[in-house]
Parts: sequence; C-alpha cells; structure tokens
Amino acid sequence: MAERTPVILARELEKSFGSLKAVDRINFSVNPGEVFGFLGPNGAGKTSTMKMIQCISPLSGGHLEVFGMDVERNPREIKRMLGVVPQETNLDPEFSVFENLMVFSRYFDLPRREARERIDTLLEFMQLQEKRDVLIDKLSGGMKRRLLLARSLVNQPKLLIMDEPTIGLDPQGRHLIWEKLKAVQNEGSTIVLTTHYLDEAERLCNRLVIMDRGKILVEGVPEEMVKDFVGSDIVEADNSPEVLACLEDMGARYEVFGDMVQVFTDRPREVAKNLFDNCNPGRVFARRATLEDVFLSLTGRALKD
Amino acid sequence: MRITGYHITNAVWKVWRRNWDVFFKTYQVNFLPPFIEPILYLLAIGYGLGTFVGEIDGIPYVRYIAPALISISIMNAAFFECTYSSYVRMYYQKTFDAIVATPLSIDEVIAGELLWGATRSLIYASLMLLVLIAFGVVDLPSSLLLIPFSFFAGLLFAGIAMCFTAIVPGIDALNYPSFLFITPMFLFSGTFFPLSVLPGPLQVFALAVLPLTQLVVVSRALTLSSYSYLVLYSLAWIAVVGIFFFFLAIRLMRRRLIT
Repeated sequence: MAERTPVILARELEKSFGSLKAVDRINFSVNPGEVFGFLGPNGAGKTSTMKMIQCISPLSGGHLEVFGMDVERNPREIKRMLGVVPQETNLDPEFSVFENLMVFSRYFDLPRREARERIDTLLEFMQLQEKRDVLIDKLSGGMKRRLLLARSLVNQPKLLIMDEPTIGLDPQGRHLIWEKLKAVQNEGSTIVLTTHYLDEAERLCNRLVIMDRGKILVEGVPEEMVKDFVGSDIVEADNSPEVLACLEDMGARYEVFGDMVQVFTDRPREVAKNLFDNCNPGRVFARRATLEDVFLSLTGRALKD
Repeated sequence: MRITGYHITNAVWKVWRRNWDVFFKTYQVNFLPPFIEPILYLLAIGYGLGTFVGEIDGIPYVRYIAPALISISIMNAAFFECTYSSYVRMYYQKTFDAIVATPLSIDEVIAGELLWGATRSLIYASLMLLVLIAFGVVDLPSSLLLIPFSFFAGLLFAGIAMCFTAIVPGIDALNYPSFLFITPMFLFSGTFFPLSVLPGPLQVFALAVLPLTQLVVVSRALTLSSYSYLVLYSLAWIAVVGIFFFFLAIRLMRRRLIT
C-alpha cells in the first residue's frame, strides 16, 4: 500500500508568547482514521498546539501542515474540513439548539434543506431531539457538550479537534461522549483530542503524546508506553527503611511517594511475596500499571499551577 | 472581493445575518424605543422648551432639532451596538471564537459586526423618520435620503466604537467613551443650539473633529432642504474618517484576538 499522507504534520513547531515558549519545536504526525491524544499537565502547550492546527493562532516557528496544506497559507480550505469542540462552551445563548446548528451550517455554506436534514440526524445521534427548540441556558452541562459535538459535525469534518471533550461531565455523560466518538471514528474521521483524564486517553487513543513545558516527552501506543515506562504491574507498600533496604537488595525499580513506595515490575506476585516474607512491609498491594503511572513518572508529582 | 492585506469576502454577511436573526427574535424590545424616544424629545424639548426659544435662524425650534434627533439616534444605535453588545459577543459569549473555527476569518467577523452596527443605525433612523414625518417637522422627499445616509453615518460610528472595544481592558471601561465622547457630542455638535453661539475655537473643534457635527450638518440640510458647501465637506469627512476607522477597527481587533 502506498504511504498515506498524514492528516497533520508538524515539524519543529514553535509557539512563543514573549519570552515564554508555550510550544518548543515539537515534531509529530497524525495518520488518517486514528484517534490521537495530547496529554500533559496545565501549561504543557496542548491548547496552543490545537489552536495552531485550527489555523487561528499564527506559528512562531517551524512548519505545520493539515491535509497536506500549509496552515498559514490555506486556513480557509483547512477550516472547511475541520470540526472543533472547544474547551469552553461557546454555543450561542441567543438561539435554540436547532438554531445554533442552523446558524453554524450557514458559515459552511450548507444549503438550507440539506442542513435541516443533517441537523435532525445529528440531534438524533446525540440524543438531543427533545431539546430541539430549547434555549442553551436551559441545557445541562452534558447536553451542552453533546450539542458542541453535534455542532462540530455539521460540516461532516474529516478531522475533529477536541480540547478536553469530557471536562466537567458525570460518568454517564462521559461514556455517552466516548461512544459517540468511537462512532465518528468508525465513519472514517480522524480525531485529535487533548485531555487530563488518563483513563479517557487510554480508552480512546490509538496513539498519543505526553507533553510538558512545550516539549513532547514521549509518543506511542498507550499499552506499549505503559509497558516500556513502568512495566506491566505496580506493587505498592508502606514506606519504611526496612522495605527500602529489601528493594535495594532485590534490585527492583521503585519510586518513593510520601509514605508509600511504588515498585515497577512485570512480576508482581514475586515482588509481593518477597516483601511479605522478608521485609515486614505492613500493607502491600499489587495492581496493573496504567497510563497515569507513566504520566506521573514523566511529568513529576508537583502541582503545575 | 479580496482587499489587499484583509481577508474579507461575502462571508461577512453571514456574521451580519446572525445579528439580524437575533434582532428580530427580540423585536419587541428593539422596535419600541426608537418610536418612543423621539416623541418624548419632540414633546419636551421641541414643543416644551421650544415655546421659549421660538425660532433659530428663522426656523421653528421643533424643526431645528428634528434632524439632530435623527443624528443622535444614528450615533447611539451603532456606537452602543459595537461597544457593549459586540464586547458581550466577543468576551462573554465567545461568539467570535465560535465563528473563526469555521471557514470565516476574524476580519470577516469584525467587518460583519460593523455592517450590522450600521444596519442598526439605518433601522432606528428609519423608524424615527416615520415619527418625524407624522409630526410634519421634516421636509419630503429630501428627508428620505436620510435612510441610505444613516447606514454610512452608522458605519462611521460603528468603526469608532469597535476601536474602543478592541482596546478596553474590560467592559466597564467602555463607560469612558460613552460619557466622555458620546455625551459631550450629544450636546455640543450643533444639536440643540447652533455652533455659532460657542466660542470660536470650540466651533472649529466641533467642525473639524466631532463626528456627530458632520451628521447634524447633513441631516439638517436634508430635513430643511437647504444646502450649502458645508454639506459636501461633512459628507467627505464621514467617508474618509469612516473608511479609516473601519480598517483600524479590524487591525486593532486582530491584535486583540489573534494570539
């Protein structure tokens, strides 16, 4: 098969605000049909990167192509193929649910009749049909998110960009959004999202990058990243000199977090047994390693803002 | 249409249309004020105060202030639309952010807002004109030219207003231009008394610098069907300054919104 052109291609991409380098010469590419995640603590440069992809924030340096077109030279053509779900709700409070989508479809030059049909389908898909003629103020947080997602699909985008798609939602709301995103992906769209929720990233993303301070720390497939960086499992025990001495003896890879020690391993039973038998560890428990462990070990535990 | 350096196409009318749609959704609150306001002014100032004033330059006082009322209405409609209302759309409702995520450019968003501000002036001036015609205080048919004129005069004030919107730190700061720019103009632009009673330097200032003065000059010429070369000067002033602020507003807004 011929090599497919990437949907997004970033080379030495840079964004600075005064002396602050929000995005510091990063490289990445997003392939057609995949869900690609940007993870990172606050201020990592995720949103700045999203804004450059959306052609609404000029580059400070480097090169960025979307659908093989330069974001600085062809913003209009690129934006025609984008759907954007913003972090902050920017639905139009003056209009009803249906009118919001109608006004939006006008910006994409959709003929009225076609727009009407498409909007009805989208409202159905997002389970908002009953709220069709309700003003935005009257919607719950979850409904607003779903409407934002519906709005981003009005132009049948080839690339969907979502900044924190499930922020502030209850578990039901999050699951519904995830389900819909999977459906959108199955229709062949490419999805790029940022998130703070690592379970969300693990569940949705085919590939992801973890960013911190404007740099990409690591890129890969979630499961492989977990394996490569922390091993398959984690054994946690109380932090005591005895336990630490034991772990040193075993030659185990571990980290101390306050009153707790985390051991990264592929053989959790062995490590746990060893601790119980020889080190008087107090509590011990083993669990599967997650993306959260990768994230924390890479970006540190200190608060970012 | 592609103006060098500005990304403006016919898409501006989609932004304009969004505001138009909202305006007609709430037409009850939008249409009544322009009917009531001129009636109050005509009664209180034109007929009430006018009884003591009598005539100015041989013109009954109520006929003297009628064009001023229209000019003030043109000014207020566009100015307040493109300050407070635009600020709310820009900052609180994030409407501009939502629109630039579509194929439209920020230039088109701002241009659409300015054209809408001008349209609001046209709507208000037209409604007011109806009242003034009913009271028989304006000449016909020349006064009908106020309808197209109000659009271009409105565009001038929309541009000036949008420049303030682009540079204020917060919505409260818009009180400065409202009280220090609009209110003095309301009083000292040949509206309720002729400029000739002002000290010389103030007269020159009003004619050279104050936009409302130009509107009053043109409107009064039309409602009284009496023309002078000053009308040409004022029309040229409005055109030149209007174009200047139209593009300045777009540039300042770009600076504010593109980061």
